[in-house]
Amino acid sequence: MSSNYDEIFKRLCVQLERAAGPGTEIAADDNLIDQLELDSMKVMNLVMEIEDEFDISIPINSLTDVYTVTDLAKLIEQLNPVL
Amino acid sequence: MNLLQKLEAQAAERKAMLPAGLHAFGIPIEEVYSPTEARIGNQRVLFLGTNNYLGLTFAPECLEAAHRAIDEGGTGTTGSRMANGNYAGHRALERELAEFFECRSAIVFTTGYQANLGAISGLVGSGDVLLIDSDSHASIYDGCRLSGADIIRFRHNDAADLEKRLRRLGERAQSTLIIVEGLYSMLGDRAPLPEIVDIKNKYGSLLLVDEAHSLGVLGAKGRGLVEETGVMDQADFITGTFSKSLGSIGGYCVSDHPQLEELRYISRPYIFTASSSPATIESTRAALKLLRDGTELRRRLWENITRLYNRLKELGYRLGPEPGPVIAAMVESPEQALALWKGLLDHGIYVNLILPPAAPANQSLVRCSVSAAHTPEQMDRVADIFAELSAVTA
Repeated sequence: MSSNYDEIFKRLCVQLERAAGPGTEIAADDNLIDQLELDSMKVMNLVMEIEDEFDISIPINSLTDVYTVTDLAKLIEQLNPVL
Repeated sequence: MNLLQKLEAQAAERKAMLPAGLHAFGIPIEEVYSPTEARIGNQRVLFLGTNNYLGLTFAPECLEAAHRAIDEGGTGTTGSRMANGNYAGHRALERELAEFFECRSAIVFTTGYQANLGAISGLVGSGDVLLIDSDSHASIYDGCRLSGADIIRFRHNDAADLEKRLRRLGERAQSTLIIVEGLYSMLGDRAPLPEIVDIKNKYGSLLLVDEAHSLGVLGAKGRGLVEETGVMDQADFITGTFSKSLGSIGGYCVSDHPQLEELRYISRPYIFTASSSPATIESTRAALKLLRDGTELRRRLWENITRLYNRLKELGYRLGPEPGPVIAAMVESPEQALALWKGLLDHGIYVNLILPPAAPANQSLVRCSVSAAHTPEQMDRVADIFAELSAVTA
């Protein structure tokens, strides 16, 4: 993984912890819904936070294939985030 | 888990939320006596949850027009306008809507849901962008999904947040449709339209305003928030429904852009559905006349709104940010909302129970909708019962 990816992952984990609740342990393979217990509304609101964090646009229909923390980090990486 | 087991699991979740025997969602209504009264079980109830804002469902003019249309035009059109033909009544209603909104074109859809589905999916497609308020109605979300365009949400009623997201889009802002609602159905709050219009003009985007809950309610002539805020000529597309202030069923999209007409040939929810029955169209036309001349109806509606909103506020209920035909009383938990809803029903008042995730920020609430057909005495009775039930939410 590139250093860009590592930074994206680190900053994404901060956002995920905020959404899932303080103290939640975040692992790369965690499923956003099953393990982090983020329902669809929480995920959509999280997307707005991530857009602001990385100054990117994430269409919610691009989340169709996003299941895990890694999937989400890779999607952000593809969107040329400001790091 | 197979398909049927998934449905069973969903049913179990729903049943766990609601006590057995309580039909909070889809309550059986046995008889309707008037725009404001009906029978549920053996109990006569006051309707305070039917969005019948102008109370026109029993207006003699609308009943007569519907009866005549059945006699003269039959019970249905038996298919789509594209295949089965374009009836005179449907065309007349479209002309009257365009005239009412002082614009070039109007298209009538079979339901309000389809109006958003058909307008949005016809206006944008793959490669375009939809920038929608995060509290948008399900019909907007579904229309967006059907379009295949990129869907981006902005924070509810936050014009600065909208601008930030438009800026990020760069040149794509010019192939972006912004969607807001005149009056939001859960809390009754309104979009900051003048600011949103300034932003869409600055970035060269288009704007669609859904006035489902504001038609007949806001503006000197009842043309919604666009009229009330003086930006009617700045909204590129306006959608709405016949099922609230016009007391029937159906929806519309109006626009001054001549390109709207093209939707008749590309919008699947317009093409692949049966058009409204003649009776529906004629009662809607009669109701539109009443709405247009409805200054007195609006005066009575707003008198009732102010009366109920102020009383509930004095009682300490946490309400939506401004008075409107939708008055939401927010409580602390789903259990409190259920107890308040049931308490009101036991006292003969029917309101809507809203549980997470239906309302913004996962709130639980009971939603009242006020009508011009309510009397001030009925509003006082409702407030007195809310006072009696205030312990439920303490």
